[in-house]
Amino acid sequence: MIVMFGIFLLTLLVITAVAIVRAENLFVAVMLMGIASLLIAANFFILDAADVALTEAAVGAGISTVLFLSALALTSERERAKSPNKVLSFLVVGAAALVLIYATFDKPRFGDPQAPVQTHVAPWYLEKTPEYIDIPNVVTAVLGSFRGYDTLGEVFVVFTAGIGVLFLLGRGRPSERSEVINENEGLRHHLIPRVVGRVLIPFILLFGLYVQFHGEYGPGGGFQAGALIAAAIILFALIEGEQRALRVLPHRLLLGLMSAGPLLYGAVGIAGIVLGGNFLDYSPLASNPIKGQQLGILIIEAGVGITVTGVLLSVFHAFAARGR
Amino acid sequence: MELLGLYHYWVFAILLMIGFYAVIAKLNLVKKLIGLSLFQSAVFLLYITMGKVELGTAPIFSDSGSGIFSNPLPQVLILTAIVVGISTTALGLGIVVRIKEEYGSIEEDEIQEIDRR
Repeated sequence: MIVMFGIFLLTLLVITAVAIVRAENLFVAVMLMGIASLLIAANFFILDAADVALTEAAVGAGISTVLFLSALALTSERERAKSPNKVLSFLVVGAAALVLIYATFDKPRFGDPQAPVQTHVAPWYLEKTPEYIDIPNVVTAVLGSFRGYDTLGEVFVVFTAGIGVLFLLGRGRPSERSEVINENEGLRHHLIPRVVGRVLIPFILLFGLYVQFHGEYGPGGGFQAGALIAAAIILFALIEGEQRALRVLPHRLLLGLMSAGPLLYGAVGIAGIVLGGNFLDYSPLASNPIKGQQLGILIIEAGVGITVTGVLLSVFHAFAARGR
Repeated sequence: MELLGLYHYWVFAILLMIGFYAVIAKLNLVKKLIGLSLFQSAVFLLYITMGKVELGTAPIFSDSGSGIFSNPLPQVLILTAIVVGISTTALGLGIVVRIKEEYGSIEEDEIQEIDRR
């Protein structure tokens, strides 16, 4: 049953991907990308990756679509239909695909517990998580504690990308920003999106907070929660107009959030040193090492969530302000 | 199960190459970025496929479970990579928007034409 479902999803995914590349209208391509993301998310779920599925659904199907659409609004919606080296590219790509498919026959059997990838460090993580950290979600334990350096690096990459977008696009001229609220901005004159949005947004925010603070026990964590909360506020901005969203969360606050996250994360690392441990070692943070680890993970996940929310919202507003 | 595994890897290869085709054959810069996103998704799919363990469940401890868990490590890597991916895509889109403003076009050949003048 699962096998058939997986094959069905993957086949749909390939069809969608072909349609994306063939679509000359970029608007169509972006909409199809949303569908592809949702299919990939469903597929991740079948492959036992609940955390990843949640992230892909929130980021790929939600925020990525909005960003691509705002970029399309600033550029052009149609692609000119000529690729000069179509045949050559097709030959290159086809040959590479054949080599890759040939290589798959040498891969370990699907789901093999003895495959090299399963016998390296993963059993250690699964075995030691209850002993050292004592939280049920091993993904969060690895993300926050065992591989905290990686995650710190990723947070800085997200932060840097956000700064880069702000440098490229700015955030609108000051005179434009202080203008009075235009009553017809967004979808305010459309009744159905407004009513539906009003009902949905509080629940999306609540779910985001749940995912943030329940990440130790179920699928979730800062990355997913950040994307969800950003999605809720972007929805608010789309319905009620960008200016109203900026009244709730002004640029200055968003910039603060963007930089507060990495600072909070780094501060936890340094607090570890001050209290007599290593950088990003959370054990000395509380009276007993396990409590310390749990506290550390809670704080760094908050840092991650703050950064992701701040960066995604700043990027959205940067694109939106450019269009005015 | 065997077939599903191979099928996952084939879809990875095909999806990767569809994305790559969009990057090398299309002249439109937004289309190239879309291709890059597809390419990236294919890599995510490969990682998560490799982490799957037969009869396993999501790596979250619970009282009712087989006690067999899929590999948490690829999941952690991809989870962060997705969010980093959207941030870098946003940066790419920012550059495309600026190119449109400066050159009035997002087609590669037109931009090169303007540069040559």
